[in-house]
Amino acid sequence: MSLTFKESLTALHGLILGAAFLLAFTGGFAGLWGFRSDWLTSDGAKAAVRKTMLSTWTMAALAWATVLIGTYALYPWYRAKPPADMTGIQLQGYPRSVLLANVGTAGWHELGMEWKEHIAWLAPILATTVAFVVTRQRRQLLHNTRLRRALLFLFAVSFFCAAVAGFFGAFINKAAPLR
Amino acid sequence: MTVENQDGNTPDGGSWAAVLAAGIGCAAIGILTDLSEASKLISSALSISKQVGDLSGKTTLSIVCWLIAWALLHFRWRRRDLATPGRVAALTIVLVLVSLIGVFPPFFKLFSSD
Repeated sequence: MSLTFKESLTALHGLILGAAFLLAFTGGFAGLWGFRSDWLTSDGAKAAVRKTMLSTWTMAALAWATVLIGTYALYPWYRAKPPADMTGIQLQGYPRSVLLANVGTAGWHELGMEWKEHIAWLAPILATTVAFVVTRQRRQLLHNTRLRRALLFLFAVSFFCAAVAGFFGAFINKAAPLR
Repeated sequence: MTVENQDGNTPDGGSWAAVLAAGIGCAAIGILTDLSEASKLISSALSISKQVGDLSGKTTLSIVCWLIAWALLHFRWRRRDLATPGRVAALTIVLVLVSLIGVFPPFFKLFSSD
């Protein structure tokens, strides 16, 4: 039972950081959703603010780490071009070429990877914004319904982007793993 | 530094600035994705890292747009409560939708120069 360096980094990117982001979303979203003056006591609000700040900054950090590792460590290996005379089984180790060599798997690159590599970058921008606003506006967020709703929207979009990237990442790695 | 208004509260302008800047940064990713698909010249210019290709330039430039927009809007709005936050929220939603459509492959391939 062992993992190569590329497999370890892929696991860190998708299974650890990416999955932690998706799991942490539930806590952060529930915290923001429950941030209402008619639901919380003063002490309850202070505790909820602390928890929401912690979970949103954690999500932002996880999102940045995930996209940076994905783009600058894993993606160059994924898109590396094989020597011209390579065909069939020799293409293993060049996932993009493996996927494009077969009509049945080309869609994983043409739709999956091309969507994933772009949409994933929206997640850290949105998560960082949510964390910043929760921290800056922590005392008034309870009463500012419009701003809270805007944050819930950004947070939900951030989750959607990470979920699309995670979904395609898992299936692409199944169809053409990085080894 | 957090600025407080007369009620001792932090004005919400700085927060709306961050929200709108996020929309601008996201839209930049969508627009640059479409532009680099439409033009090999732009794609080549955005290839800051040879190994990563034009994705490196698209994302780096978008992050720069996001941070510049955030800084400019923050310094303009940080000391006041916004009078029309609904407009900022609506504009942000439009910008985020632009980004989501712009990065969807069946859409950006409509501009493909191949």
